[in-house]
Amino acid sequence: MRPRLRDRPNPVAILMAVLCPMTDETLAAAVEELRIAPEMTGTLHLYRRQDAVFRAITFLSAALVVIVLAGMIAFLIHGAIPALTAMGPAFFWTSDWDTVEDVYGALAPIAGTLITATIAMVIGIPVSFGIAMFLTEICPVVLRRPIGTAIELLAGIPSVVFGIWGLFYLTPMLQEYVQPALIDYLGPLPIIGMLFQGPPFGIGILDGGIVLAIMVLPYITSITRDVFMTVPALLRESAYGMGCTTTEVVWKIVIPYCRVGLIGGVMLGLGRALGETMAVTFVIGNTYQISASLLAPGTTISAAIANEFNEAFEEQHLSALIALGLVLFLITFTVLALAKWMLMAIDKREGRR
Amino acid sequence: MSARVRRRSAVNIVVLSLSVATALIGLVFLGLISWTLVSRGLSAINLDLFTLETPPPGSPGGLANAIVGSAMMTGLAMLIATPIGILAGTYLAEYGRDSRFGSVARFINDILLSAPSILVGLFVYGFTVLPMQHYSAWAGSIALALIALPVIVRSTQDMIGLVPVPLREAAAALGAPEWRVMVSIVWRAAGSGMLTGVLLAAARISGETAPLLFTALNNQFWSTDLNAPMANLPVVIYRFALSPYDDWQQLAWGGAFLITFAILVLNVLARLVSARSQPAKRSLPALGCIPSQPTPKPLRSRYRSAASTSTMTSSRR
Repeated sequence: MRPRLRDRPNPVAILMAVLCPMTDETLAAAVEELRIAPEMTGTLHLYRRQDAVFRAITFLSAALVVIVLAGMIAFLIHGAIPALTAMGPAFFWTSDWDTVEDVYGALAPIAGTLITATIAMVIGIPVSFGIAMFLTEICPVVLRRPIGTAIELLAGIPSVVFGIWGLFYLTPMLQEYVQPALIDYLGPLPIIGMLFQGPPFGIGILDGGIVLAIMVLPYITSITRDVFMTVPALLRESAYGMGCTTTEVVWKIVIPYCRVGLIGGVMLGLGRALGETMAVTFVIGNTYQISASLLAPGTTISAAIANEFNEAFEEQHLSALIALGLVLFLITFTVLALAKWMLMAIDKREGRR
Repeated sequence: MSARVRRRSAVNIVVLSLSVATALIGLVFLGLISWTLVSRGLSAINLDLFTLETPPPGSPGGLANAIVGSAMMTGLAMLIATPIGILAGTYLAEYGRDSRFGSVARFINDILLSAPSILVGLFVYGFTVLPMQHYSAWAGSIALALIALPVIVRSTQDMIGLVPVPLREAAAALGAPEWRVMVSIVWRAAGSGMLTGVLLAAARISGETAPLLFTALNNQFWSTDLNAPMANLPVVIYRFALSPYDDWQQLAWGGAFLITFAILVLNVLARLVSARSQPAKRSLPALGCIPSQPTPKPLRSRYRSAASTSTMTSSRR
């Protein structure tokens, strides 16, 4: 009896039949040994060929993923070489960006990227942990699911929408109320005061950071909430049973239990904040300057690329922008690799729960 | 009550109120954005928006060319990314599970999953626009496909990992070749999960702006030529919102509302698809086939929450 599975015509099966002629020598020995009926060997040969082809197709697809990343790195390095050789290491620590003189120093966008992402994390992490804690521990049970679902759907809002909202609504609000207050109350303080000097433009590093924070908020929150919910009820109940307060349950049971997931979620949020283009471009001010004040306009790597790439015709200018891209890639790669490495280290230490 | 207990409960009250306060602030801001989007967006929606081309400032117009362009490029990108993504995900979940290449490819896929989308735009500019010497809708679709690809790979990989091993063994024992086991058994069992991943990928790319800036660029006029620059909603929103003209800004809000609505529909669809398949998946832990790795990823978290929505609907019944 021949094993027949081809009852219905199947596009993949037809493709396989065309691709694989029925010849194969390698199975012969196995067929001999297993005493398979001679009329079946042909089918087995065919199957073996088909499997090899299917495997090869899937392998090529997976290889394509690797090739894409390799191609991206190669393109960035190749494109960055002219600017990097012309500028030397000064590219990284000078902040003159002059397209007329062909002088490119990337410090301002690099600093802008790091500072806005830091602001986003400083605001975003506590708020999203607060929301997650609220949703898993405090909120009435009826409301938990609708609010959680709403937050997850909000994570899908495209970043350009956060950008225009930031430009038309957040910026005037900051300029009118928040920034004057910051300048009045925090400005005179030593050290911290340096961060809040200058006129309230509205747009600037702080504005960009806040828009980023709001953008990553639903993202980090939904991961945090999901991770919080993986804590077994038994653990939580035991802690409550011992007389722990809600705070103690969260700090001493829930957070330690899901440390791995929390780090993963925060790092993904950070990766997003670092690479975000559209939400920032609207509100950052797009000026190549470094200022101690958070209220001053600045720029980020992605905003600089988005603004100038289409207008860049000089080879050096293009190359400098691609070099900026390379720096951005290295920063995000480091963050992601670090996150992976931390997750692996924790996994290993805890012997893979 | 001892002083220690009093202190602990005082700390508790402070932390709880902080948590409620942050939750309120966060939710208020998110609510504010949604409300602005809906109110400004709805007032911009009218028939002209769907029938007229993007106008020069001061004359009536709509977003018809941008809507069609966005739909075409997103569709083309999904046509490119879906088969490759599913095959690659199959390899990573099945054949390359323990190999060195497999673990490297999985790592790289995770990097691509969160690589800044503007870099994908730069890269695609480098290998399509530069040699062709002009911007084109093809370049835009390829850029979007490269962003959708890792999402599909990851979700396929996760969903195939959930298919019980005994199912494969049963199929193999009936005499099915390996590829047949994958195509007719594993893909079918993981089908709705994979479809969810594809829908989420579509939702993700339909709002992407940055990769289109240097690939598809934009087009003021009606064009369905894939070899020419093509209008698309995200870039039109970007251009129009930054313009000083009121009517352009109005169109930008209309476009933002449309695109968010489309993404919402895709997300809800993804939830429905994955909710329908949940009862079968929930019985999987009993078979001991859930992968032990609890790493939360945005995709997975969505599946998990989809499980909770399905409990909600079933309890309502």
